[in-house]
Order: sequence, then structure tokens, then C-alpha cells
Amino acid sequence: MRTIRFLLQKEFLQIFRNKAMLPILFVMPVVQLLVLSFAATYQLKEVDFALIDMDQSTYSRQLIAKFQASGYFIAGYETFSKEQALEELDKGNVKMVLHIPADLQRDMIAGRPAEVQLSIDAVDGSTAGLIQSYSTSIIRDFDREKSGELQWVSGSREAEQAKVINIIPVNWYNPDLDYITYMVPGILVVLVSMIGLFLSGMNIVREQEIGTIEQLNVTPIKKHQLIIGKLIPFWVIGMVDLVIGLALARYGFHIPFLGSLVTILIVAGIYLIVVQAIGLFISTVTHTQQQAMFIAWFIMVVFILMGGLFTPVESMPVWAQNLTAANPVAYFISIMRMVLLKGAGWPEIQTMVAVLTGMGIIFLIVSINRYSKTSA
Amino acid sequence: MNAFSGFVIKEFKQIYRDRRTLLVLFGMPVIMVLLFGFAIRNEVSSARIAVLDHSKDEVTRSIIQQIAASGSFELAGYVTSYDEIEPLFRKGAIKEVVVFEANFERNLTRDGTANIQIITDATDPNLANLLQAYTSRIIQDYTTSLNQEEQIQQKAGIRPAVRMMYNPELRSVNLFVPGLIAVILMLISTLMTSISITREKEMGNMEILLVSPLKPYHIIIGKVLPYLVLSVVNVISILILADLVFGVPFEGSYILFFLQAMLFIVTALSLGVFISTVANNQQTAMMISLAGLLLPTVLLSGFIFPVASMPEVLQWISHVIPAKWFLIIVRDIMLKGSGLAFLWEETLILMGITLFFIGLSLKKFNVRLQ
Repeated sequence: MRTIRFLLQKEFLQIFRNKAMLPILFVMPVVQLLVLSFAATYQLKEVDFALIDMDQSTYSRQLIAKFQASGYFIAGYETFSKEQALEELDKGNVKMVLHIPADLQRDMIAGRPAEVQLSIDAVDGSTAGLIQSYSTSIIRDFDREKSGELQWVSGSREAEQAKVINIIPVNWYNPDLDYITYMVPGILVVLVSMIGLFLSGMNIVREQEIGTIEQLNVTPIKKHQLIIGKLIPFWVIGMVDLVIGLALARYGFHIPFLGSLVTILIVAGIYLIVVQAIGLFISTVTHTQQQAMFIAWFIMVVFILMGGLFTPVESMPVWAQNLTAANPVAYFISIMRMVLLKGAGWPEIQTMVAVLTGMGIIFLIVSINRYSKTSA
Repeated sequence: MNAFSGFVIKEFKQIYRDRRTLLVLFGMPVIMVLLFGFAIRNEVSSARIAVLDHSKDEVTRSIIQQIAASGSFELAGYVTSYDEIEPLFRKGAIKEVVVFEANFERNLTRDGTANIQIITDATDPNLANLLQAYTSRIIQDYTTSLNQEEQIQQKAGIRPAVRMMYNPELRSVNLFVPGLIAVILMLISTLMTSISITREKEMGNMEILLVSPLKPYHIIIGKVLPYLVLSVVNVISILILADLVFGVPFEGSYILFFLQAMLFIVTALSLGVFISTVANNQQTAMMISLAGLLLPTVLLSGFIFPVASMPEVLQWISHVIPAKWFLIIVRDIMLKGSGLAFLWEETLILMGITLFFIGLSLKKFNVRLQ
């Protein structure tokens, strides 16, 4: 026990003496959480579009007015030439070209089908999808309004016989489809994991590179004591970061804390051990800090991009969905969201916690075994 | 000059001798492109859903069948009341429940309208939106075919004809590859340079270099050159993969693309040099370049989330992220085939950022150590 205490003292001293590290460990995560949480949104904001109105009728003007009134679209450019409009699209000045054909009004009144063309800049795929769904729903609304008016005028009953299934969407837990609530817990998990993984991944390999590991090897410190001494400081740092982040989420972002905070903290404790054990493992298989960091970075990117943080796990092919079973970041992100946003308790999360615990034990054992005091 | 070339050769040897790092440096980008190229899609596949059918008739059964057969959904089971939904959502066992009202078929045939409720677990707003859109499309298709069967004339009216320019099928790989190039270059170049320079400081070799006849900028250039070569090779290998494995289109000029890639690599390298002048040891350098750059590069560059959707303030902040400008350039060259005439602004901005960091690091680069 005394040995571990001295080791801990040494590690903490080393960390806190490095004045450049303190802001990186405690300020940077908070700033990133504050700033980046607002970045992760798919909500559409004002989009400039080029307008080609060949009809110049009451109807076409009403349709355009509807587009502008939606708050999502601004007619930034008006022309009668298709080439010019497409050139604007090429230049990136507008994101969409709305082409209203001549005779729109006449066709609609006569009951003939008419077609409004939308050319969307799909270089940015997610925006393109949003523009598409917003603009087609505007056009559909317009169509419904007009056909209602027209039917009333002409007394036609044809369309009424068509069967309609009304779809009523209901969004539970997050009726306003607010991204912040969803993103803050996830981003917090990533920040805490990065700090845990990178710090622990560098640690032993650093002693090796500088040569101080030899000094530790000739002392009577046992292997497991050394590992524990290395892990606890980073664990404490990770937990402190997590608590700061949770406080920010609660009081800064007003994230609902439906579940129990104690549950979150316990799971976080286990999770941090898993992450650090992976870091230690990397540390024992590499020779220089550079190698260790590159591998840690690679693993982190894979964990983040495939962990359901930004893109839903459900949107991956099935084999990739199965891979998340081995992704600790995915587990903790989903536990955080379940507990905080849906109020899940132990019964719902116990299997995931069990898997996390298993991972932690395996990686710890493997890395303690791999670390050998006699190696050169 | 002789001393300089000797120094450069030493640097190359030092990096290329280390087989393991080299393997990692060349292999990982390849694995990443393959993994993400295949795995990250925008289409929903086998999302688990449940059905609450108050009616249990022909029509509801065939709608359920079509939903289950679409490939986007996996029917996890039936529930019999609203109360059963909550625990399933909480467990995360299902993501959506489709609710049919009572007497669904009768309502549809007699009144011509019937109601379906789609309840989603909206903790993930993006997924909730996607699932709703998918389910609605299946149900709409069903009504259309039903009406056709009964020969009810569909009313005429306006119809939007949507054309997705430059990326007609909205393939996510086409969008992902440019982003991945930006992220990989940014991190390899920045991380590796910052670490390799601080490493000399930490090991004490910096003093030896400083007392040698080499000028400070010689040292920096010598340190940076091997990574420049490495990054270019990475760009080439990613492009080959993108073309051969994923068939990502390349509309623009390769020469322009490589010039731009070089420019961006130099930007990233100069950022790395700058970090190494601020940091005293490898640990600090890498925490800045990894923990400090990873998320901002991924989030603020428009790689995943569109910059145009962000709040005003963040759009301003995103202007200082080099990857944002490079991403615009790469996407435009690859998908639109744009030339320099359309891209000169972005190019100038990148150059500006590069010069800024080079200037700053030359100023901060200490010839003397404490």
C-alpha cells in the first residue's frame, strides 16, 4: 500500500508540475463541450436559391412567397436563363435552383400534371437531403391548398375518392427534436475517453523512451502496483472532467437528468478503467510515444465514428452494427443517453455494464502480463 | 547546403528505419477508408421496431408485411397496449412503434381515411427523422398502389422533380472520402511533426542541432520533409482506393488537386511546427494536437455536420479551421470538377493560414534553451 502511495505521489507531482498540461486537461474539454455541442446539428438554416420563374403568374408568385415565408429559403438570384442559374450553383453562390415552368398556372387549373424542377447542390449530402425534404413538403402543401380551392370551384369530386392514410408522427423523450440534448452527453463521453486513452497510452512508453523505466524496474515495486499507480491519477482526472462536464450539461445546457446520477458515476468509473486499460495495452505493445499516439488516435477515431455519436448505429450495414459490440465508447454513450434522457435504471443497462466490466478485466490482465520488468 | 542535405537524409532514415511506425502510418489510413467507406451510410438498415395493431385486419397485416420486407426495418415484435412501449424504449430494444387505430380497414374503405401513428424514440433526433421518413414512404407507396388497384384516378397537380447535382445518388462514400482525406492529413501531419520536434527537445538532441551550422529553418524543413512525402503517399493511396473500391468520381484536374493537397499538408505541418514551439515535451504536444484538434476538425469542418446549419458564432469560428477550407476545395474538385477560377478564395485563405503559422513559429522558435 505504501509503495502505491509513493507512486501516486510521484505521478500526481509529475502531472501537476507541468503547467502546460493543466489547461489541456481541465479547460480544453470544457471549452470543447461548450462550443462543439452547438455544431452537431442537422437543422436547416437559411438557404440561398436561384429562381427561374418562367410562368410569372399569380400561382408561381404564391409558390415563391411560400418558399420565402418558410424562413428556410431566400431567393438570392433571379434569372430566366437556366445556364446562368446553374453557373451560380457551380460557383457555390446558391444551394438550389428552383425552376418553375411556363404554364404552371394554366396546367394546374386545367387539372394537368405540372412539374417544378429542383436542382440541389449535393456536394454536401446532408444539407442536400434537408433542402430536398423541406422544399418538397412546401411544394406539396402548396399543391394541396390549390387543389382544394380548385375542386371547390369546379365541383369535381374525383380526387376525394382516393384513399388516404394519415400519418401522425409522435416524438417521445425529445418532442422538439433538439440536437443539443442528444449531443452533449455523447461529446462529453468522447472528451473524457480521449483524455483517458491518450494519457494512459503515452505513459509507460514514455518512461521507456526516456529510460526511466529501468529505474522503476530495479525497485521492488510489483508489476500490479506499478500499473495501479499509473492508472489511478488518470482515472481521477477523467472523473473530475466528467463531473465538471455533467454539471455543465445540467446547469448550462439544461439537459434533463431523468435517471440517477449515482448510476452514471459508477458506470463512468468502470468505463474509465476500460479506456485506460486499452491505453496501457497500447503502451505495452509500442516502443515510442509517437507509435503509441498514432495507434491511440486511430482507435479513437474508429470508436467515435462507429460508436453512434454522430451517425446513428442503425444507419450502418448489419456487419458494422455488430462491430459496435466490441466498442466501449458506443456502450458508454448509449448508457449515458439512456440514463440521462430516458431515465433508464440498472435493469435496462446491466448487460452493457457487465460487458464493459468484462472488457476492463481482460485488458487489465493482458497489459499487466505484457508488461515485463526484465525486458530491455 | 551539404550539412542541410545530410540532416534531411538523417531525418528520412530515422523515420523510414522504424518499420512498425511506417506500417502504421501507411496502413491505418487505408484501413480507415475501407472501414468507413463500407460502414458509414445514410440509409437505415434493420432498425428494430414494434407494432401496436388495434385493428388486426387484412390491410394492417399487409402494411406490416411491407414494412418488414423493406430491409430497413426488423420487426422485433407486437405490443398490445401503449404501456408496453415505454419499457421497450427505455431498454433501447426498439426505436419506433407503428400504431394502427381500431377498425383500420373499415375506416379506410368506408370513409376513405385511416390513421397511423408513428411513435419514435426521439432521443436521437436524426434517427427519429430518418425512421419517420422511411415508414411514411412505405405507407404512401402502399396507398398509391391501393388506389391504382381500385382504379381511382390520382388527382393531377404539381410534383417536385428533384435533381441532385454532382452526386446524383447522394452516395455517402462520395462525401466521406474528401472528409477523410482532410482529417487524416490534418492529424498525421500536425501530430507527427509536433511530436518529432518536441521529441528532440525532450531527448536533449535539440541543443546539438542548435549548435550545429544549421539554421533554424533548416532544422524545421528537414523535420517536416519526410512527413510531407509520407502524406502525399497517403493521399495517393486513398485516392486509388476511392476509385477502385468505391468508384468515387473524380471530375476535376488531378494536378490542381495535388497542388491543393500539398498546400493543405504544408498548412498542417506548419501548425504542427507551431505546436512544437509552444509545447515543451511530447506529452503536451500530442495532447494539443490530438485532444485539441480531433473533435474540432471533425465537427467544425463540415465533414459530418453541415457548417450552414450551425449558429452564426460557430460559423465564424469554423473559418479558422483549415480543414473546412480544404474540404470545400476537395469536394468541389472531385464532385463538381471546379477549377481554380471558382476556388481561388478558399486557396488564398488556406495560404494565409499557412503563412500565419509559419511566421508565428519562426518568431517563437527559440534558438536558445533554458
